Parts: sequence; C-alpha cells; structure tokens
Amino acid sequence: MADIYEPQTEADAAAMITEAAREGRALAIFGGNTRAGFGQKVEGAAFTAKRLRGITAYNPSEMTLTALAGTPVAEIEAELADNGQMMAFEPADHRMMMGTEGVPTIGGLFATNTSGPRRFVSGAARDSLLGIRFVNGMGEVIKSGGRVMKNVTGLDLVKLLAGSYGTLGFLTEVTFKVLPVPRTEATVVVTGLNDAEAAIAMSAALATSCEVSGAAHLPESVRWLFGKNGLPDGPATLLRIEGVEASVADRVNRLQPFLQRYGAVSQIDQGDSQQIWREIRDVTPFSEDGSCKPLWRISCAPSAGHQLLAALRLETGVNAFFDWQGGLVWMQMEGDGEAEMIRAYLKRLGGGHATLIRARDSVRAAIAAFEPQEKGVAALSAAVKAKLDPKGIFNPGRMG
Amino acid sequence: MSGAIALKAPDPAILSRRDQIIADLADFLPAGTVVSSERELKPFETDGFIAYRRMPLVVTLPRTTEEVAAIMKYCAKYKVPVVPRGAGTSLSGGAIPQEDAVVVALTRMNRILEVDYPNRCARVQAGVTNLAISEAVSADGFFYAPDPSSQLACTIGGNIGMNSGGAHCLKYGVTTNNLLGVKMVLFDGTVIELGGKALDASGYDLLGIVCGSEGQLGIVTEATVRLIAKPEGQRPVLFGFETSEGASACVTDVIAAGLIPVAIEFMDKPAIEICEAFAKAGYPLDVEALLIVEVEGSETEMDAMLKAIIDIARRHGVKTVKECQSATEAALIWKGRKSAFGATGRIADYICMDGTVPLSQLTNVLRGTAKIVARYGLRVANVFHAGDGNMHPLILYNINDPDEARRAEEAGNEILKLCVDAGGCLTGEHGVGIEKRDLMTHQYSKPDLDQQMAVRAAFDPDWLLNPSKVFPLEGRS
Ligand SMILES: Cc1cc2nc3c(=O)[nH]c(=O)nc-3n(C[C@H](O)[C@H](O)[C@@H](O)COP(=O)(O)OP(=O)(O)OC[C@H]3O[C@@H](n4cnc5c(N)ncnc54)[C@H](O)[C@@H]3O)c2cc1C
Ligand SMILES: Cc1cc2nc3c(=O)[nH]c(=O)nc-3n(C[C@H](O)[C@H](O)[C@H](O)COP(=O)(O)OP(=O)(O)OC[C@H]3O[C@@H](n4cnc5c(N)ncnc54)[C@H](O)[C@@H]3O)c2cc1C
Repeated sequence: MADIYEPQTEADAAAMITEAAREGRALAIFGGNTRAGFGQKVEGAAFTAKRLRGITAYNPSEMTLTALAGTPVAEIEAELADNGQMMAFEPADHRMMMGTEGVPTIGGLFATNTSGPRRFVSGAARDSLLGIRFVNGMGEVIKSGGRVMKNVTGLDLVKLLAGSYGTLGFLTEVTFKVLPVPRTEATVVVTGLNDAEAAIAMSAALATSCEVSGAAHLPESVRWLFGKNGLPDGPATLLRIEGVEASVADRVNRLQPFLQRYGAVSQIDQGDSQQIWREIRDVTPFSEDGSCKPLWRISCAPSAGHQLLAALRLETGVNAFFDWQGGLVWMQMEGDGEAEMIRAYLKRLGGGHATLIRARDSVRAAIAAFEPQEKGVAALSAAVKAKLDPKGIFNPGRMG
Repeated sequence: MSGAIALKAPDPAILSRRDQIIADLADFLPAGTVVSSERELKPFETDGFIAYRRMPLVVTLPRTTEEVAAIMKYCAKYKVPVVPRGAGTSLSGGAIPQEDAVVVALTRMNRILEVDYPNRCARVQAGVTNLAISEAVSADGFFYAPDPSSQLACTIGGNIGMNSGGAHCLKYGVTTNNLLGVKMVLFDGTVIELGGKALDASGYDLLGIVCGSEGQLGIVTEATVRLIAKPEGQRPVLFGFETSEGASACVTDVIAAGLIPVAIEFMDKPAIEICEAFAKAGYPLDVEALLIVEVEGSETEMDAMLKAIIDIARRHGVKTVKECQSATEAALIWKGRKSAFGATGRIADYICMDGTVPLSQLTNVLRGTAKIVARYGLRVANVFHAGDGNMHPLILYNINDPDEARRAEEAGNEILKLCVDAGGCLTGEHGVGIEKRDLMTHQYSKPDLDQQMAVRAAFDPDWLLNPSKVFPLEGRS
C-alpha cells in the first residue's frame, strides 16, 4: 500500500478508488493541502489531485475555462490575466491565515466553495462552476453539467459537489465561467462609523444604483492590522466601485455626496484600492502568527453581523472585521472553545453559520468545525452522502 | 401530436381507490381544497407543452405548508404519486399530471411574506408569480432579476423547479444564482428549511440541487430570494443585420471584448415578422436577423458601452441601428420580444426547443437547425438568449395533423442532439420534463444518470414525486 496516492490520470484515480472501496480503506483527499489545519483530523491514506495538472480548454471569447483538478490556482490566474479575464468570485489565498504552505489547487478551491468580497454581486465559486468530472466512492467516473452558461439538464450535481470538501467525490476536472477584469476600480471610504452605523451606511449604499462590488467595515480595533493603503485614520467603511473609467468616475461622484450624511467621506484609487481588498479577501489581519488563536468565519444576514459582534464583545475577547456588507464576519478569539456561545448568539440573531477555520489541534478535536445542522437536513445530507460514497471512504469526519 | 413519449402506465390499484382517496383528502383538508370533478380537473390536464395531456386523479389547492405536509404524509403512506404544480406554464411537460397522481398546485399560496431591504431579500410563498415580486418592490427601487417571458403567470415555485432564466440573466444569472433559501416539504411530509438570509449555508448545497429538480425532490412552499437595486437607467438598442452569421459573430465579439450587456436577444427573419405583426414594435423588416442589446447604468456609462458595441456591430455588416428615444419606445422593443411565443402561437402550433451551445457554435447550430427543419418539410423561427448561447428554435406545425406533429417532434430531437454534439446541453432553462426525457442518454452516460437517480432516491426513495419526468422510464434502478 502506498503512503500517498498520486494518480496521474482520471483512470488511475478511478482504479485506486475502486480498490480502496473494495477494501473499505479511508482516503484523505487533498490538493495543495493549504487547508491542512482545518477541521477534524481526517484519518486515511493521503490521496492527492496534484498530478492531474493542466488547463485542458480555454477559449477567452466563450468565457469558460476547463482545467484538471490539481492545476495550481496561480497558473490559471496567470493565464486568465494574460487575456484580461478573472474568476469573478475572487478566490482568496488563505495560506497566511492558515499558516500553511503548499500550492492551492483549482479542485480545492471548488471543493471548498471559496469566494471573496465580490460574492454578493458575482456569486460564490459554486455560481461560476459549470461542469465537473469526478470519481465517486465506488470508483465510477461521473460527469455533470457542461461548458455552457445555462443548463437544467437533470439534477445539478455540480452544485452538490461544490463545497463538499472532498467528502462526496474526488474531482478530476472542473469547467467554470470567467469574466473580464474590470478596467479600473476605486473605493469610497466613510470614516468614523461604529459597527452599527456602518451597517446602515453599507445597506444604504447597496440600495443605490451605484453597483457597489465590495462592502466592508474595518472597526478601529483592526484598522492598524491592515496596510496603510491611503486610508484615513479611524474605523473605515469601504465601498468598492469597478468598471470602465467613465462609469467608475460617474458612480463615485454620485456615491460620495450620498454617503456624506453618514460620516467623513474620502476616496482611494486603483493600486491602494486593490491592495486593501486583497488584504480583506485573504484575511491578512488575522494571519497565523504562531499563537494559533481560534479564527471563526461567520456567515449571517448582513444586518446581523454587527449585532453578533456587539453581543460577543460584552462577554469575551474578540477582534473582528466585516465583509459582504456585514454578512461575513471574520472573528479572532482570545480564548479557546467558545463555540457554543458564538453559535447560540448567532441563532438568536436569526441564524447563519459559524465555521471554525483555525485553532490549536486540541481545540479542533473538541469542536465541530461546521455549524451543526437541524435534524431533517442532517438526515437528508447523510442520505445524499450514502448515495455518492456508500462505504464512507472519502474524508471521514471532515464534515462531521 | 404523435404521442411518441410514453407516460407511465397508471397503477390500477390506485385508480380503483380514487373515491376513497378523494374522500380521505377532503376529510383532513379545508373545504374547497380538493378538486375532483371532470370539469374542474380539465384545466390541469396539460401545461405549456400542450401536445400531451393526462387527467389527474385529483387536484389539491393547499393554502399552507401544513396542508402540503398533510397531503404528502398521506400520499407517502398509501404510495400515491404526487405532481407539484405552479401555474402550469412549463414548456417541457414538467407539470403534466398522470392519471394515478395527486396534483398539488401552489397557486393559492401567493403571499409575499416579508420584504427585507437592509438584507436585500424577500420571503415569499411558492405560488407568488415572478412578476409580483418585482412589482412589490419596484417603488422602492428594487427588482427580482430572473425574468422569464412568462413572468406574469409563472410562479416562483415553478421557477425553482425549472431553474428558470430570462432575457436579463446574462448579467444577473438564473434562478439558482438569485435564490437564498427555501422551505420545503419532503415526500413523507417532513418540513425542512434550506439556506436563509445568509449568503452561504452550512453543509452540502442541497438548495443548489433542489433548484432545477423539476418537482422531484420535494414541494417548495416558501422561498427567500435576492433583491437587487434597480440600475440608474436602461436602454435597449436594435441592431438589424444582413445575415444571421453577421449577427452571431457580433454576439461573440461583444462578449469577447469584455462587454457584458444585461441582455443580448436574437431573432431571425421569421421571428421578426411574427413579432412585428403582433406587437408593432418597430422592428426592421428588411433584415435577416435582429439583435436587441440592452445596456444599463448612468447615461455616461450607457453611452460608452453602446459606442463600443456599435463599433463592433459595424464590423459585422449591421444595416440598421435603432436607439430608442423614450421609455415607451424601450417598452415596445421588449414587448415584441417577450410576446414572441404568444405571437407565434397565434399563427401556428409550435414546439420550443431550449438547447444551449457554446457561443462559438451559434452560427453552426443555426445552420444545422435550418437544414434539419427543411429536411422534415417544416418551418422554424429562432428567437433566443444569444449572450449565453441559449437557443430557442420554434418549430411550427399543425397539431391536428399527426404526421406533421411526428415530424416536428423528430426534428426537435435532432436539433437537441445537434446542440449536445456541439458541446452544449439539451435544456438551458425549460427543463427536461417529459419532452427531453428520452434524450438524456444522449447527453449522459449510464453511470452519470445512475448517480443522479441515486441522489434523487435519497430524497424520494419510493419515486412518488413527479415520477414520469426527467429520467428515461427504462433502466431506473
Ligand atoms: C473552512 C474553509 C473556509 C474557506 N473559506 C474561504 C473563503 O471564504 N474565501 C476564500 O477565498 N477561500 C476560502 N477557503 C480557501 C480554499 O480552500 C482555497 O483557496 C483552496 O484553493 C485550497 O486549495 P488546496 O488545493 O490547497 O486545498 P486543500 O487544502 O488540499 O483541500 C481543501 C479541501 O478540499 C478538498 N479537496 C481538495 N482537492 C480536491 C479534489 N480534487 N476533489 C475533491 N476534494 C478536494 C480537500 O479534501 C479538503 O477538504 C476556505 C477553506 C476552508 C477549508
Ligand atoms: C409563453 C411562455 C414563455 C416562457 N418564457 C420562458 C423564459 O423566458 N424563460 C424560462 O426559463 N422559461 C420560460 N417559460 C417556461 C415556464 O414559464 C417556466 O418553466 C416557469 O418557471 C414555470 O413556472 P410555473 O409556475 O408555470 O410552473 P409549472 O409549469 O406548473 O411547473 C414547472 C415544474 O416545476 C415543478 N414545480 C412547480 N411548482 C413547484 C413547487 N412549489 N415545488 C416543487 N416543484 C414545483 C413542477 O412539478 C414542474 O416540474 C415560458 C413559458 C411560456 C408558456
């Protein structure tokens, strides 16, 4: 038995998985393993897509790209950039946050359904994913979706596999939609707002016709952890505008006076704007510094984010900032094991989900990384898992 | 029609218990919820795919999730099939009943439950019409993006069933991209909630698989949908081309140039003539193909974008460019397009294909379509969402001529196979229903289909929900 499985082709992968299924042997699936520090430790033989590498089809005028699952994200981004295109969901590089090395792969990206600040306009990774090929837990090669923008031909297994963290199938190839890179960007900054005021200002900005494509709030307590980036001092509420020059200028000119009723307004342009959104995307303020403080990622209704933080601040040491208009909260906790408190408050505020992204091994072992599900949904999820991986060989324990 | 598509033979045991089933349902449902007389059942015997009809066993018109749950629980206990139904506008036969099935029609669940502007979403009952959502929030500057041409009638539950799209989906995405959550009743009456006001849900993306599942995984009773702030302005422009090839090439080049308008709609000459005769939209009649390109944003932005698009159109032999001067003119342009199916229906019977192809294949597939239809001695009008490659050839025929009907169906099948062979798929937004069910094997291998059916069985182990649809009847496990 190999220590580590590195299939060279899809057929290899299928053969190896068939054998593992026959022997009931668990496999720990990974790509670049940049998420090694996440969730429960997965027991199983290491099984990686990293040798399934390369862009198989890319026709910029069709705005789709097909690549083998182990292709480094960086390789794809470089190819897209050469053609003035991008993945609209802004995939993050979380190596600093996780304190890991390794090369993030495109398969890992879709397996975790990651998405950055543009999420609330352009959708998540799953919204860009058009087609997949994967090997199920019986070793069968399955395809779903295709390379066209619209498709309702049968059940959408593409969505199901996106964000399944390698627990339903081993992805071998993905096809996704790409978009042109906006020609320019600028960020309108409102300074001096507390978290509740910022929530109101962001919601008002998103109700305008200015097509804001990024809405984040950096409270005073995290401001210094970001680069200087041309931001004025104090808490900063950021609203990004992207597009062609004339249009960006026009929308910035409308948004600025509109936001003056909330606080002092200024503007940062292209380079600085890109830099600050990259830091938000990659969660650089909470980079792993050796202390391994628990890092939580909260997804909730945009108006609930600041209420959650206010409630937690009264009880514990927490530092945080908001993306997605407040609907995504990155929280770094001082103490360990506060899962129950976080989840209880979140529930009281209308629900959402709290994911423990990073913590010391002992803490991770004791806490469910993903939000526990309600009974009916959990039963259904288990039934679905049993249909794709009946022997439970893929990443046992990963999704709890 | 030829009736080439088989429907499941009804289960005689269920048919023989019809009176009992009706009595039982009437017993636990409020008065007026159960409909069983022949006259009342008649309107439910087909949907937008009128070539096929089947009378339902009985129709129920519940008003609450609890009533839906009670119906499902009963049907699961006695193993009676259920066909969920919205407005019955499906073009693929997705909502066509079967003689041994209870139809659960959601049209009475038509309330908007909550409009939440700070979180930019609305919670609605499944029987609310698509347009009603946009109308409810329009005065406050918002809209619900997916806009099927049938939006006046079709329900959000049906939109979820078919993952419906519309002209403006090029920019805003289809239903699945605009759906945040659902409340849904499973086959055995269990009520679950998936998603909610948060953008990401935890665990497997069950919402993603429910969307587009054609009523086979459960009955959706409530939905939470995204609301989007209306753009500053919108402007459709008409482009008339000398050739279809010129129009197709223009679409590809616009997209390739990184210009993504909100909509790019294509009409060929027959479609232009039909729509113009009906809507008097001012379409040019001396061109071979027409594009309606809509841009939005501020005046500056629209000007910049249109200028770039017009430059590209010039390179492809554009003959007429018609920018509209008023909101009335803009509305008229869209009226012509949105009434295309209705207008066609006035001059002939038609079946509407829905294959989607990669953009580079538009010209090839249009040519291939023309050849196929000519070979069967029929006529075709093309009117479709060109920006995302979603073709809608309307094959014209006479429903009362069995031979013509058979030819239309066969021509349609060939066209869909052509789409798949060109790297596309059988259906972009209308769903498989019964219409494309037997073509699924052309797009998917046996393991692909078996895997989908296995996942289906995780939701509905006894195959009671809309069982005659989507998957070929033979070879089911
Ligand atoms: C909990 C969590 C939250 C995240 N949130 C965000 C976010 O909000 N924004 C963002 O931009 N990024 C996010 N990510 C980041 C994302 O995981 C990386 O960007 C991705 O590229 C990692 O690639 P990798 O190859 O290193 O994956 P790995 O670390 O090797 O694997 C990550 C996960 O994907 C699975 N996997 C990897 N390859 C395959 C494959 N071929 N088939 C099936 N499964 C596979 C693994 O089993 C594992 O569960 C998140 C990751 C995690 C774990
Ligand atoms: C003139 C015309 C124009 C059209 N234009 C477009 C267009 O531009 N774009 C487009 O995408 N479609 C279009 N359609 C097709 C059709 O309108 C859509 O498929 C629509 O979403 C169907 O909605 P409905 O309420 O009529 O659903 P129905 O036809 O009643 O049902 C559709 C499917 O959904 C299921 N279903 C219905 N309600 C529920 C529920 N509550 N829970 C679970 N399953 C349910 C049914 O079982 C069925 O499988 C058009 C149709 C017509 C007649």
